[in-house]
Amino acid sequence: MGRYIVKRVFLAVVTIWLVATITFFLMFMIPGGPFLAEKSPSPATLEALNRKYGLDQPVIVQYKNYMLNLLKGELGESIKQRGRTVGDIISRGFKVSARVGGISILVSVLIGVPLGCVAALNRGKWLDNLIMVVATFGIAVPSFVISTVLMLIFSIKLDLLPTYGLTSWQHYIMPVIALSFYPTAYISRLMRTSMLDVLGQDYMRTAKAKGLSQFKMLFKHALRNAILPVVTYLGPLIAYTLTGSFVVEKIFTIPGLGNEFISSITGRDYTMIMGTTIFLASLVIIMNLVVDIAYKIIDPRIKLK
Amino acid sequence: MSEPLLNIQHERLSFFTPAGEVKALNDVTIQMYQGDVLGIVGESGSGKSVTAYSIMGLIAHNGKIIGGTIDFNGHRINELTEKEMQKIRGNEVSIIFQDPMTSLNPVFTIGNQITEVIRLHTNKSKKEALERAEELLNLVGINEPKKRLKQYPHELSGGMRQRVMIAMALACEPKLLIADEPTTALDVTIQAQILELMMELRQKIDMSIIMITHDLGIVASMCDKIAVMYAGKIVEYGKTEDIFYNPKHEYTRGLLRSIPVLTEKEHRKLVPIEGTPVDLLNPPKGCPFAPRCNSCMKICLREMPEYTYITEDHYSACWLLQKEAYMKGGENS
Amino acid sequence: MSHEHEKKPFSLHLDVSDFLPADKEEKQSLVVMRESVSFWRDGVRRFRKNKIAMASLIVIILIFIFSFILPSFYPYGYEQQIRGSENLRPMQYSEAELARIEAGEKVFPHILGTDNLGRDMTARLMMGSRISLLVGLVASVLVLIIGSIYGAIAGYFGGKVDLIMMRIVDIIYTVPDILIIILLMVTLKYPLQDLASNVPGFGWISDIGIGLISIFIVFSLLYWVGMARIVRGQILALKEQEYVTAARALGASHRRIIGKHLLTNCMGPLIVTTTLQIPSAIFTESFLSFIGIGVQAPMPSLGSMASNAIGGISTYPYRLFEPAIMISLIILSFNLLGDGLRDAFDPKLKN
Repeated sequence: MGRYIVKRVFLAVVTIWLVATITFFLMFMIPGGPFLAEKSPSPATLEALNRKYGLDQPVIVQYKNYMLNLLKGELGESIKQRGRTVGDIISRGFKVSARVGGISILVSVLIGVPLGCVAALNRGKWLDNLIMVVATFGIAVPSFVISTVLMLIFSIKLDLLPTYGLTSWQHYIMPVIALSFYPTAYISRLMRTSMLDVLGQDYMRTAKAKGLSQFKMLFKHALRNAILPVVTYLGPLIAYTLTGSFVVEKIFTIPGLGNEFISSITGRDYTMIMGTTIFLASLVIIMNLVVDIAYKIIDPRIKLK
Repeated sequence: MSEPLLNIQHERLSFFTPAGEVKALNDVTIQMYQGDVLGIVGESGSGKSVTAYSIMGLIAHNGKIIGGTIDFNGHRINELTEKEMQKIRGNEVSIIFQDPMTSLNPVFTIGNQITEVIRLHTNKSKKEALERAEELLNLVGINEPKKRLKQYPHELSGGMRQRVMIAMALACEPKLLIADEPTTALDVTIQAQILELMMELRQKIDMSIIMITHDLGIVASMCDKIAVMYAGKIVEYGKTEDIFYNPKHEYTRGLLRSIPVLTEKEHRKLVPIEGTPVDLLNPPKGCPFAPRCNSCMKICLREMPEYTYITEDHYSACWLLQKEAYMKGGENS
Repeated sequence: MSHEHEKKPFSLHLDVSDFLPADKEEKQSLVVMRESVSFWRDGVRRFRKNKIAMASLIVIILIFIFSFILPSFYPYGYEQQIRGSENLRPMQYSEAELARIEAGEKVFPHILGTDNLGRDMTARLMMGSRISLLVGLVASVLVLIIGSIYGAIAGYFGGKVDLIMMRIVDIIYTVPDILIIILLMVTLKYPLQDLASNVPGFGWISDIGIGLISIFIVFSLLYWVGMARIVRGQILALKEQEYVTAARALGASHRRIIGKHLLTNCMGPLIVTTTLQIPSAIFTESFLSFIGIGVQAPMPSLGSMASNAIGGISTYPYRLFEPAIMISLIILSFNLLGDGLRDAFDPKLKN
């Protein structure tokens, strides 16, 4: 167990470093600097600004400096949002994004798993068909379509829900639905397949031969095995929620991390690009690691190497 | 004679698949008394496992008993509700499956899985159930039972897992134990150990056993009576000696010819049974074995033979026997 | 014969001739052998029986006709801005067009309306679908080629080669792809522009569109890892099979063994994975175009059309629905087609 975790953490660190490096050099390939958008600065001011942020030095030197600072845990100051550190902006944006994303993940698991079980147990009957039709449509509709259609119906036509911001619980409804729609559909399909697979296993026949009730067979013997693929999907789910948040935060004008990331790229805010990329990448990578380890704890068959 | 423990009369069972009705059992009749050890022999798809599963109500959802009755220990099995069936399974009748590698739930400990069945059918407390489980593991010859109870199935070998399955099956001292090819998936040396264990247990606990196998060697050493099945039908039934020394059905003879005998001095050639088993989706109207039978006659292709009784408990369904009777009858009249 | 129809024959009803040995032909006539069919024919047969999969295949073919053939016969171009015909509702004519109809001229209707620049929505929808299909197909083929070659090499050689190659895959796999895709989409634009305008022989880049080329590059850089893993897994399992040993014993070369014996045998999973890759590529493209870094204007994409529609969503909701329904339909049909193919050709994956 210990060795496995050490190995995985090492791999994670390498990946994060790789992402940081790629991002750093890609960033400098974008022509134009962070100050070009401002009202034509004089060459003297431009030079002063560049010197202030160390942008006058060769890229390699800048890379070295950045990496050294990163090791100290310093992400620097935002170039565009003067006077605020990247760490501050990230932590503020992350609090917002994590709340919306976390609720969405919870919703999709809590709805998707039971739906998949119900479908599997009613295999071939109308309930199964209904759930699977809905789920099949669910995985075909991109989150931006759901978001805009929801907004059109509930905010513009019916005037029931607020369109932007995140100040009351009503504000959460549409973003959460938009973000959890696809994963819910996906999880219910996954759960159905895996449940059907488990129900056909020999040990389920053993459980029945023992005289167990349907209920006990399902909740004790089947569920514990059938849920394993859903656990492995949690990693990709976190990454998906991140992707979805870029769109959803844009549509519902939520001041989250996804929004910060997009605007930092378009604004050439170098330190912010680096900060958000490294943060989001680490988040996804670490969550994946946690999920993998959790999986190995749930399934006793897998020996940790 | 007292009431039979198990009485299957004219059971017909079909699986309804998208491709059509698969007639898995075709008029199966079996009687067993307390303490009997019955072997059911036949190749894959002959219906031997289906017969046993139908006693426990373990048939897949698309399988239906469409005729006949099953009486076991005072219950009419084919008329019981699922709830009533649950009280019988694992309690009055239990089963050991073919593959111990997949028959135990991988995510629960051995102890958990054994105590589960004990607590289900008795009023024992958790602690008492654990003690009983330990006792059972001792009984089936597993060393360090305390430690094993805390282990997961994948930490045990195949032979060990089959012992656990046996312990689980014996937990509530069933009247009937069904062993569905209990040794097929095991190494030869382990096979012998498991069979020895079963014979030992049979003497310790007074229970009946149905041994399902395609291995004639196993039935010879264990069973009192043997039913030979082919294409969902019992083609020959008799005492073990009858089957081995006086086989009447061509299929039984074929099976006997196809096992190697080490003790024989002269070299006897092993004779395989040519051809493939019948398609149960479209069973032929005559004797199902006819296309593979060396003594096949015209009548065999057309009509199914009735049973001919050689002795009171040795009978076989073969036209050759009918022919003998007919010829004799012809001489007599 | 009369007794043939009787249900329970008594031995007394029998005839001596019944006990004559039956000959071979008679015996054979009873053996009902189910036709044995090859893997492909069996798969095709199963696929054809699957109504949902066949329906989705037909829908896909219709969408292909709609987006690749129909535009050449359609009277409006996707870039064509018709003065005076701005913001028309579906089937509505502008005043100028009405006047022409009055005058007896035939005017083709704007079936799905026009946008704020007077561009015909049907023409744009055709072009947008074409982009989506192109992205889906080309990206999946690229992923298939790169992934299967990489995976086959790793799986076939095994050992250290495999270890190093799969470590690389592991790393790319854990990289949150969407971050890198967004970054790459923004950065790749400039070198590609340079290449197209300054280096002779690369003019085709701007013909296809810099956005599209970037998407292809990005997808082939990041999405092949899943395919590589699948192919490697298949190869590892197949490598142990007897026929590979036999081929090696006969002196077949590495290339021949990989190409002929191994790849043909993992064709089933390859086809299924590739088909299911298409909707996911289309998904990503529409997402990128929606947030404004995908296909560049004036080239329409279903994602950018949906994004443009948000501004006038309360007045012109159909401008959102048109691309939204189209993209959902495309993704849905490819998903169902993929499911059908999996059921037909890869029974092992089936539940």
